Amino acid sequence: MTTNPRPVARIVPVPEPVPMPEHIPVQDTRTNLFIELENVTVSYGKGPNATKALEDISLQIGEGDFIALVGPSGCGKSTILKLVGDLLKASSGHVFVAGREVGAQDVRIGMAFQNPTLLPWLSIRDNVMLPLKIVQPFRAHWAAKRKGEYRDRAEALLAKVGLKDFGSKYPWQLSGGMQQRASLCRALIHDPNLLLLDEPFGALDQFTREELWGILQTLWIDTKPTVLLVTHDLRESAYLANRIVVMSARPGRILVDEPVGFARPRSIDTTFEPGFTTLTHKLRTLIVEARSAVGAAP
Amino acid sequence: MTRLNREKLASAALIVGVFVVWELACLVFGISEFVLPRPSQIVMVLIDRWPALMPHAVQTLYTTLVGFALGVSAGILIGMLIGSSRLAYNVAFPLLVGFSSIPKVAVVPIFVLWFGAGTVPAILTSMIISVFPVVVNMATGLATTEPELEDVLRTLKATKRDILLNVGLPRAMPYLFASLKVAVTLSFVGTVISETVASNRGIGNMMLIASSNFNVPLVFAGLFILAGLGIALYVIFSAIERRVTGWANRKTEFAMG
Repeated sequence: MTTNPRPVARIVPVPEPVPMPEHIPVQDTRTNLFIELENVTVSYGKGPNATKALEDISLQIGEGDFIALVGPSGCGKSTILKLVGDLLKASSGHVFVAGREVGAQDVRIGMAFQNPTLLPWLSIRDNVMLPLKIVQPFRAHWAAKRKGEYRDRAEALLAKVGLKDFGSKYPWQLSGGMQQRASLCRALIHDPNLLLLDEPFGALDQFTREELWGILQTLWIDTKPTVLLVTHDLRESAYLANRIVVMSARPGRILVDEPVGFARPRSIDTTFEPGFTTLTHKLRTLIVEARSAVGAAP
Repeated sequence: MTRLNREKLASAALIVGVFVVWELACLVFGISEFVLPRPSQIVMVLIDRWPALMPHAVQTLYTTLVGFALGVSAGILIGMLIGSSRLAYNVAFPLLVGFSSIPKVAVVPIFVLWFGAGTVPAILTSMIISVFPVVVNMATGLATTEPELEDVLRTLKATKRDILLNVGLPRAMPYLFASLKVAVTLSFVGTVISETVASNRGIGNMMLIASSNFNVPLVFAGLFILAGLGIALYVIFSAIERRVTGWANRKTEFAMG
């Protein structure tokens, strides 16, 4: 007869101290700086009616780091992504990517938007393959490989997010969540070294979302792209990121830059650890304060 | 029977019904064939005179197709130019509306003055009448492309040309085809007007001569030929449209194919 290995509760009178998050060394962003925002201000419109989306933002992100941007709605989180993705010009200040002014650098960017933004005239597979058609070095072999290697690559990626056998379907034949997953595949297919994710899991149900966190984390550990993730979900930010940047209400300023030290790979169980809850609770408090600071409705 | 088949049957019955009523009305009210010939008379004329009518039909079809092809090519190019930027779109639109509101009949005499009577003015009339719907739709299709779709390519550092080929043009296809169906029927109008005014060949000219001879059944036979050609081209373009832009209509057969 073996003894029951289960520890007997309540024998130890004092509860164990809450384990502090195990800090992995935070990367020195000065040595391998990848993205730098320098006193960036963005305003929409001109004159007295101009709305300031971002005010005097300075942010440094190291190569291969995973950053989550959180904050109240309309605080300019997506604006930062657009700046880094060169979809928007800063009104003042500078944005550097890979050591050069944004737009001039030679970086492969993968971006997933809040909406799936799949091209309705292409099948899911062709949508996912689109970056391979545009971006070098894949572009050079597009004609030769689009029916072979590239196609297999797209199918493999689709299978990974649970969209096996959906490659030939058209976007409107898929549910919103499935479209969002396909759009994530499109952001990943060309091995980007910079991933810009704008609430990519916002429209998904809890379980699919958690499943995709796992997939994204594995992918990040495998290929170490630099990731900028905008999210409203604090658990998501704490699960995925190395650093969480909390922003204020419009005009967006950086309130707190919080390192996240949980060991990798993290699992859903990690999210139920006391340290995790403490962190998300702290973030929540910060954002609630930021919201009430401008009198936003609850 | 499916709903679609019932609808098809009903519209076939309606067409047959119109001709039957026409035929009966002519018989019952004793309408003279100089005023309104019966459909059966018109069909008889069509069959009897077919060898003589055929060259005219070929001429009209040829002129229309050449004019239409030129008009569509020019329309697509101008439309791409205007639709490529919001500025060009807003600047050029008033001029375009001005041009398109000129009745095209009024320019036939000018073409005749420049190029003489015959095939050339007919082709040109057919061209300018078909160019405007294409320009307007092409430009609108391009100018209304969702910026989000363009952003997908812009983050990939795609060139302007890449964006046009991969997003702009496919996005504008439903608009283009909608205009092609309008343009092809307008093209016939242009040809026939020009043939009526200044030509010695083509269905328009044949109808003019027939009416001056009071050969009313022959005039109507000309109308029937024009209607037949127009329908044929419309059907061809609808078929191409279904294949190319099925995604816009969410046709199930398109998804399966």
